Amino acid sequence: MLRQIEGSRAVAEAVALCRPRVVCAYPISPQTHIIESVGTLVKSGRLKPCEFINVESEFAAMSVLIGASATGARTYTATSSQGLLYMTEAVFNAAGLGLPIVMTVANRAVGAPVNSWNDHSDAMALRDAGWVQLFAETNQHAVDLHIQAFRLAEELSLPVMVCMDGFTLTHAVERVEIPTQEQVDRFLPPFEPRLILDPAEPVSIGGVVGPEAYTEARYLAQARHLGALARIPELADDFGRVVGRQSGGLVSSYRCEDAETIVVALGSIVGTTKDVVDQMREEGTKIGVVHLTTFRPFPEAALAAALEGAHRVVVIEKALAAGSRGILGADVGALVTDRGTRTFTVVAGLGGRAITEGSLRRVFGEAIRGELGAVSFLDLDRDAVDRELARMAADVGTPPSVGRVFGDLRTPTARIV
Amino acid sequence: MFQVRFHGRGGQGVVTAAELLAVAAFNDGRHAQAFPSFGAERSGAPVASFCRISEREIRTRAPIDEPDALVIQDATLLRELGLFSGLKPQGYLVVNTAKTLEELGVAGIAKDLPANHVLSLRATEIAIAHLGRPLPNAVMLGGLAALTGVVSLAAVVSAIEERFSGAMRDGNIAAVTEAFNQTRLGPEALVAHRVSPGRTVGASPD
Amino acid sequence: MAEQTVKFYQVGSFAVGNRLVDPQQRTVQSDRGRWNSLTSGHRACQGCGQALGARYVLDAAMAATDGQMIVVNATGCLVAFSTQFPESSWRVPWIHSVFGNAAAVGTGVAAALKTAGDTKTRVVVVAGDGGGVDIGFGCLSGMFERNDDCLFVCYDNEAYMNTGVQRSGATPAAARTATTEAIGREPGNAFGKGKSLPLLAVAHGIPYVATATVADLHDLEAKVGRAMDLRGARYLHVLVPCPLGWGTAPEDTIRIARLACETGLFPLFEAAYGEILQATPIRRLVPVEAYLRPQRRFAHLFGDPPRTDDISRIQEIADRNIRRFGLLGTDEDGGQR
Repeated sequence: MLRQIEGSRAVAEAVALCRPRVVCAYPISPQTHIIESVGTLVKSGRLKPCEFINVESEFAAMSVLIGASATGARTYTATSSQGLLYMTEAVFNAAGLGLPIVMTVANRAVGAPVNSWNDHSDAMALRDAGWVQLFAETNQHAVDLHIQAFRLAEELSLPVMVCMDGFTLTHAVERVEIPTQEQVDRFLPPFEPRLILDPAEPVSIGGVVGPEAYTEARYLAQARHLGALARIPELADDFGRVVGRQSGGLVSSYRCEDAETIVVALGSIVGTTKDVVDQMREEGTKIGVVHLTTFRPFPEAALAAALEGAHRVVVIEKALAAGSRGILGADVGALVTDRGTRTFTVVAGLGGRAITEGSLRRVFGEAIRGELGAVSFLDLDRDAVDRELARMAADVGTPPSVGRVFGDLRTPTARIV
Repeated sequence: MFQVRFHGRGGQGVVTAAELLAVAAFNDGRHAQAFPSFGAERSGAPVASFCRISEREIRTRAPIDEPDALVIQDATLLRELGLFSGLKPQGYLVVNTAKTLEELGVAGIAKDLPANHVLSLRATEIAIAHLGRPLPNAVMLGGLAALTGVVSLAAVVSAIEERFSGAMRDGNIAAVTEAFNQTRLGPEALVAHRVSPGRTVGASPD
Repeated sequence: MAEQTVKFYQVGSFAVGNRLVDPQQRTVQSDRGRWNSLTSGHRACQGCGQALGARYVLDAAMAATDGQMIVVNATGCLVAFSTQFPESSWRVPWIHSVFGNAAAVGTGVAAALKTAGDTKTRVVVVAGDGGGVDIGFGCLSGMFERNDDCLFVCYDNEAYMNTGVQRSGATPAAARTATTEAIGREPGNAFGKGKSLPLLAVAHGIPYVATATVADLHDLEAKVGRAMDLRGARYLHVLVPCPLGWGTAPEDTIRIARLACETGLFPLFEAAYGEILQATPIRRLVPVEAYLRPQRRFAHLFGDPPRTDDISRIQEIADRNIRRFGLLGTDEDGGQR
């Protein structure tokens, strides 16, 4: 049914259609509307049988789901940023134990400094935890990915993280087609656990594995994870057959067929980029954009194929690899480097800084003209940071102060949105 | 594409206003995207919300730097710098006030806009008359709809029906309809608005 | 689960739950057909109080639940010595997640059972003092607050033993551990720190709280039985001496646990909904010195010269417990003994 609703509510409806039996979460902006909506669906009796448990921390939330999933229940939670990091130990544990938990991450920056706005720092911090990581470009995409996530998780016996930009998507009210219960039931069969805690057939889950066997255990987990690369496109096709809409998959390309410049990005920024691509195409620039729907496992082959023929790749990166050269940028760069294709990593949108069409046009133009460094920051206040760096150089020993840097900076309205 | 920016203070339903507009556009069969300015939730702080309306799928998520219409729900915000920034030369302006724009001190901005694109709407008074409380957010949409034609009254009413229930629903529908009709009749009708006898009209927000 | 033939070695009338008494009064442990939830072949130290306590508690719980039970285990000695891949000593469905989350995992197991319509299978969560008092406390408090249907059992050996005997929030004053060495002006663990998880459990107002030790098997099994008769959050705190960490002889585990009770340092009590209901009276009061001397972790108190001030302070702790819990009851004339 076509609805005009807030992204969070759309996701909650989609999750409810998947019939989770245990939902457990801790509130954190900007995930709150998702969890509140699911909680209301449970309390009103629309989603049952389901236990909705309010816990005392995100660490507890993931842990509750570990216990529930191991006992045969389909499980769901949502979190962001600090909350995702707080449950880190349990996140790794869930993947290691092979539990098909589905979690929404409403992407948000990670402190310090504390910041409640959108970027991808949180998901990036957990990219090696062994979860499948999917990124939604729109709220429609988010709805579709959550439904596919439950089936993917249960088939692979691996947890799946569906990432959607906090506030930008979660709090946007837009048009979404919500599948029917009948469609979802057809696509998603009941959960059949690979391993279950059951007095009739006792098993020991989570014992110690020493040096003599740990490597093999991890290798096998990796093999399972990589198995998602084959399964994800198949599930997307199956989903398409059931709901009549193609959604999901590993990567999706927009106007890349003859593109000399290809932009690669995750999440909602791709929408804005598509408008910029259209504008630049009208002026004769051969440019396209690729959205990475699946980030982990990293779809090397699919992405390499999508970038075929490009002279240059511009990666928009909503995270910062401290002390390094980019996360998505590094992954993408490694793919195309031996073709002679240049990769430009543009760090943008950190901490919710708005990315305007004008800024994107400018930076794409700079990449095309070769005026861009390998790693650059979009819309950085160069004057402010240069002043502070000069002061630090002269005054060795005092750490940088954000307050000092921005004390005299007027922040235009456009940046806050 | 038609882009609207709403300004108000936390607690005044500014976010709801943008969402209602988006739902109204949807009810009219068009694409719409509404989103708030995001920040710590506290009452009284300046808040903005946004709505895009288009015939085609809306893909961009960039901020609305050049709105086609500005809806100012709280006239005390008129003192804020940058409130009018980016408003298109042929843009629309709806202000919740019982005063004239000269009295508010913003005639300078309004004079650059076409005369029939500017509306002072006594939304709070209308809201109090029909809802008993100073909740002008939905009422402003009635004025906006009549002024710009970007959504139909029926679509706004339908959006209100979906969102509210009971007295809030009925009151908002009556208030929106009155604001719409009065705006259609011309600004003079709104300035001369009278509430029904026996009700006390609260002080206007400015 | 297939029965195992258990071989009993009689070493005195205290052995194996007085199996010579009337059948109705025998313990679960004295039954050849006992569950052996934690069976032999694990790698625990000789004389490990926790291995003993774990089997005592879980077999009693299996008896009470007719074998319908799932066990959640926090990281610690119990996990490390019972599941060295590819072997497991557990004959019951068992899961280990991480150190601090066992209570939450238990909550999840219980929730899954509930939504599956399973009202028979019960959940028992087991942890050491680390997984209960310290790193596991947040999740435990949450489980208590929500009154989730789990029995949480804390096997208290008063330090982080698995990692090499480091101090925990349950380490008693003056005890030597690897992070509170018996050196300096205040040798051993400092006075004035630590917390009582049993009393914290009582403060949460949950349906049942009890303390027990491996020295009184009848008492322990009865408390497990009472706990399993109830629903909601229940807590059992079991003192389990650790020969390695406490510096006691492996054969003294049960004796040392009994001394802890008889000094008043470890009060045995039961509570429900925030009220202490009863405390087991001390039959034969013993000064704390009798308990401290056999433990090398307190050896520095008995040097030359002995640290009589510290011993007095420990006696004060015992005396306070005796007063607070009424451990000496009253004599026939109504006077306080």
